[in-house]
Amino acid sequence: MNAKNSNPSYLEYVSKISPKTNEKRSLFRAFWVGGTICLIGQAIRFALEFFFGLYGDILSGTTSIILVGIGSFLNGLGVYDRIGKYAGGGSIVPITGFANSVVSPAMDFKTEGFIYGLAAKMFFIAGPIIVFGVIGSVAVGLIYYVVGLFF
Amino acid sequence: MIDVLLMYIKAFVVGGAICTIAQLLINYTKITSGKILVYFLLAGLVLQAFGLYKYLVEFAGAGATVPISGFGYLLAEGAIKGAKSGLFGAFTGGLIAASAGVTAAVVFGYINALIFKAKSKKN
Amino acid sequence: MSTTLFFKNKPAIIATSTICGPKESQGNLAEYIETKILDDTFGEKTYEKAECKMLSFTIEKAIENAKLSLDEIDCLISGDLLNQIISSSFSARRLDVPYLGVYNACSTMSEALLLSAAMIDGGYMKNVACATGSHFSTAERQYRYPLELGSVRPPQAQWTVTGAGCAVVSSKGGFLPRITTATVGKVTDFGVTDANNMGAAMAPAAFRTLVNHFEDTGRSPEYYDLILTGDLGALGSRLLKKLCDDKGINVNKNHVDCGEMIYNIDEEEYQGGSGAGCSAVVLNSYVYKRMLERKFNKVLFIATGALLSTLSTQQGESIPSIAHAVAIENGVNYD
Repeated sequence: MNAKNSNPSYLEYVSKISPKTNEKRSLFRAFWVGGTICLIGQAIRFALEFFFGLYGDILSGTTSIILVGIGSFLNGLGVYDRIGKYAGGGSIVPITGFANSVVSPAMDFKTEGFIYGLAAKMFFIAGPIIVFGVIGSVAVGLIYYVVGLFF
Repeated sequence: MIDVLLMYIKAFVVGGAICTIAQLLINYTKITSGKILVYFLLAGLVLQAFGLYKYLVEFAGAGATVPISGFGYLLAEGAIKGAKSGLFGAFTGGLIAASAGVTAAVVFGYINALIFKAKSKKN
Repeated sequence: MSTTLFFKNKPAIIATSTICGPKESQGNLAEYIETKILDDTFGEKTYEKAECKMLSFTIEKAIENAKLSLDEIDCLISGDLLNQIISSSFSARRLDVPYLGVYNACSTMSEALLLSAAMIDGGYMKNVACATGSHFSTAERQYRYPLELGSVRPPQAQWTVTGAGCAVVSSKGGFLPRITTATVGKVTDFGVTDANNMGAAMAPAAFRTLVNHFEDTGRSPEYYDLILTGDLGALGSRLLKKLCDDKGINVNKNHVDCGEMIYNIDEEEYQGGSGAGCSAVVLNSYVYKRMLERKFNKVLFIATGALLSTLSTQQGESIPSIAHAVAIENGVNYD
């Protein structure tokens, strides 16, 4: 870019001596925390199936609602960012991480008011997920619809 | 009973593996959490567009649906189902299927943000 | 061309004050910090208000320590890290003194000292308050992510200091640490793009200012008891030493970094402290007191600043940095 005095040998040296994330440890942590969250999700699924006889879309939807609820609450208590610091990808990728990315900016920007602060900033990280999700789903739907016309 | 236990193990291993892939991306590419979520969502969506992700869901249950890629799967699956009923279904099916997660995020997000205050971290 | 200012009248730093949050109050310099607050909201509703209150509190305290009244302050030169430097401007609103707002990111403290010394040396002003501060929670929100987002701090990252410092510079006589020379830095950019690796981005700026300072003054690193860089952190300090070594300048003996000093470095802070408050707190607490005790007699203070914004990072720009050097010396004759 515009690096006026850009100095490749310096950059090389920087990347050589910059500390690296502990590879094995970070992967292990991501694996077991992410796995555990999914395991809890599975337990919720079984419980809903067993006690309430839920099935299909309602079962998976209710599981999501409960997980998001738990994730948001832990976030409010200030626990989820601790988990995130420990687990990295293990806490970002599960749907609880999605909840985290909605709640944390909402909490932070509450000081700027409920409309332009809390509500407007709520989706400043999670917004792209909804945008790409919706656009992607419409694209898939249209393709299937067009293909369905011919076959 | 064995079935249940096996399902737990599968959910743990598959879910853990998906998160490990995310961690690999973080370690090697320095991409931020917001982007990770988008990539995984799209990955699930595209895989289901080819009809593949549902096999993972059948195999691993919550191990495949709890990660955000499962959310992408839901969106694609909903759109595909909707497309069978016509153009309108193709347009709205995705969000209908994903409505539980999105609504929960908005509602719980709002409530928790009302109740709690962002705390400074000690470390 | 010389970028160094030689002050004839050698303005004195007559008093300082510092304030720190709970985390810093447990760090290495705890005993030197004047005001320690246990609650980092400082009784305010938002962290931004807390930062502003810390800054005004420490300015008032420093003026009090200097045994001056607010009327006797000719100017407040201050800056901070928030958008449109609101903490400084709002402090100036509260104190009702003439005010110059300055911004050079984390090198604002040395910039303010340099400007105040020039104003006083030129005879335009008598007493000038130089202040700057930062707050972990406001900086995190401004530059990075929401506080509660579970994101992983990469190992090359630094920790923004919650704290503020103020120094009162004056034309007063007597035995006091005095500002003798100052070198204005040039914006330097070696092409570092990782916004988490501030140390690497700022080390070249500190290096260039150091080289210019030694060339202009004809001094060598041994002249100083202490070469105090701003907030390069552990990694940035290593890089600075390497750059200096390559140029044949040996700063190993007397170089220390504010970022490295302020915390008991453990795994959590990784490379140490950063932020405008970091160098302001270290200089105005520990270093100033040691100078009064004559343990240090010649200190070269080089606060470093990364002049990026979140927009420039997102647009793929590399990180330009700056460093200003201010030489503070004991026992120089006042004429």
